[in-house]
Amino acid sequence: MKLINLTAIYVMWLREMKRFFRAKSRVAGTLAMPLFFLAFLGFGFSGITLPGIPQEMNYINFLVPGIIGMTMLFSSMFAGISVLWDREFGFLKEIMVAPVSRISLVLGRIAGGSTTSLIQGVLILLISVFIGFNIPSLSGFISAVIFMALISIAFIGLGLVFASKMTDIHGFSLIINFVIFPLFFLSGAIFPVNNLPGFIMPLVYINPLTYGVDGLRGSLIGFSQFPILFDITALMGFSLLMVFLGAYFFEKTEV
Amino acid sequence: MRYAIKTQKLTKIFDGNAAVDKLSFSVERGELFGLLGPNGAGKTTTINMLSTLLEPTSGCAEVAGFNVLTQRDEVRCSIGIVFQDPALDIKLTGRENLDFHSMMYGMERREREERIDEVLEMVELTDRQDTLVENYSGGMKRRLEMARGLIHRPKVLFLDEPTLGLDAQTRRRIWDYIKKLNKEEDITIILTTHYMEEADFLCDRIAIMDFGKIIALDTPEKLKDVVGGDVVSLEISGDVNGFTENLNSLEWVRAVKKHNSKLGLTVEKGEKRIPELINIALENGIGVDSVNLRKPSLEDVFLHFTGKTIREEESGRNKTNKELITRRMRK
Repeated sequence: MKLINLTAIYVMWLREMKRFFRAKSRVAGTLAMPLFFLAFLGFGFSGITLPGIPQEMNYINFLVPGIIGMTMLFSSMFAGISVLWDREFGFLKEIMVAPVSRISLVLGRIAGGSTTSLIQGVLILLISVFIGFNIPSLSGFISAVIFMALISIAFIGLGLVFASKMTDIHGFSLIINFVIFPLFFLSGAIFPVNNLPGFIMPLVYINPLTYGVDGLRGSLIGFSQFPILFDITALMGFSLLMVFLGAYFFEKTEV
Repeated sequence: MRYAIKTQKLTKIFDGNAAVDKLSFSVERGELFGLLGPNGAGKTTTINMLSTLLEPTSGCAEVAGFNVLTQRDEVRCSIGIVFQDPALDIKLTGRENLDFHSMMYGMERREREERIDEVLEMVELTDRQDTLVENYSGGMKRRLEMARGLIHRPKVLFLDEPTLGLDAQTRRRIWDYIKKLNKEEDITIILTTHYMEEADFLCDRIAIMDFGKIIALDTPEKLKDVVGGDVVSLEISGDVNGFTENLNSLEWVRAVKKHNSKLGLTVEKGEKRIPELINIALENGIGVDSVNLRKPSLEDVFLHFTGKTIREEESGRNKTNKELITRRMRK
């Protein structure tokens, strides 16, 4: 058996694309939340000065990269956890009984999930242009897309880990409340993390999204806490680890 | 390769209970083989182990000549499977589901297209191939899954409860497909069922399973022979004990089984013995409310080997299943 089966990865990706473009309401649903955050926080706090944000920077410019990070976080976690839906609808069995290595299945899912997440992230970025956000340059844009892809890979992997440990979809809201939201708030997406109390900081620093959001900020508005190269290295490390863990746990999944 | 399937002491233990208990049996090439038993007898667990979805706790099995533990991929390539519950992507069309499958099994484009047309034709879904599966009826889904299981020309096809939850007419149609497949595609078929008449109608040989073990394995005819004669059931009222003793002493009565107010007798040439039976009943002061005579069915075989009807066994099991489910929901 080929360890990396390109056809299988392609088929998994193709399936995800078809499902994504057919579920118009789902796309609208997942885009709605980041857009509301962007609009309400952006307009509500416009003109505000927060410690940690330079005086001359508009809050909306600080917020847009954070909301893009949020979009990637939510859509990627959902993509990873969607294994649960496949289990619920029985399709997981069809996938698991095929003569395809588990790692190819995981890579296929990551390919599909990160493509759909990227589409959503880029859409948010384009929409934010209409509320006054400036995309600096092509290289900034490309660098941002790379960060988006890395965030996506890391959290699809994490989603797969959770999905392998859960037997039904009842635990899903627990994950939203106790994993996804804390990850989001502790990433510096909507406020600078240095305002948080010191004992929380370790959580901030082990949160992959912290580096994702920081990197997005560096790419898009030229303002970041860490050097971009550091962000990208940290995020790559997390992504690799998560893919490895996701594949490891998915391998152990029994249908 | 003579055997399509050969297992040796195949065992699966869940939480200390043996769902499948040292199962040893073999299925010959080209056979239509049935695993018959109540829900929870271990049929699906057996199929899941044979199809590499579940790892046996101990023992081993060969499918199409390949070991399910050490040659998983060879096994996966040689089998097709239709699961008990639908395993389709309902957001894709029928044809897209088949496309997904054939690509996962590494088929080339031309061969793929031809074969998909062929299997769609076989299950008469050609004109519905571009409909989303969520709009399919239960019978159509089952037919699509059978078509899918066949695309890559497997040597062995597993059908787990192929007609569960389908109406009588659709069930008949599925039966016809199964027979046709077995003959025309030269494919070994293993099916599980808890419908007696289904196993009887379809299978060359049947293994009756109960509590993870095979309690009988033979052709339907021979299994029915074990019961030894026709089955006469009497619905009676009155003191039964003396009556059954009298019956037991008769040489043409093979077996007497009391079941609530019903008496099940196994007798030779049942139709000739009915008047005599009624006479004896009257002599013993027993009222006979109804008489029923029939040729033995697999139901009688099951009763013969387990002392229970398959339905009783299921109602008992279902209760424990329900308890399990509520417990799981609370967790």
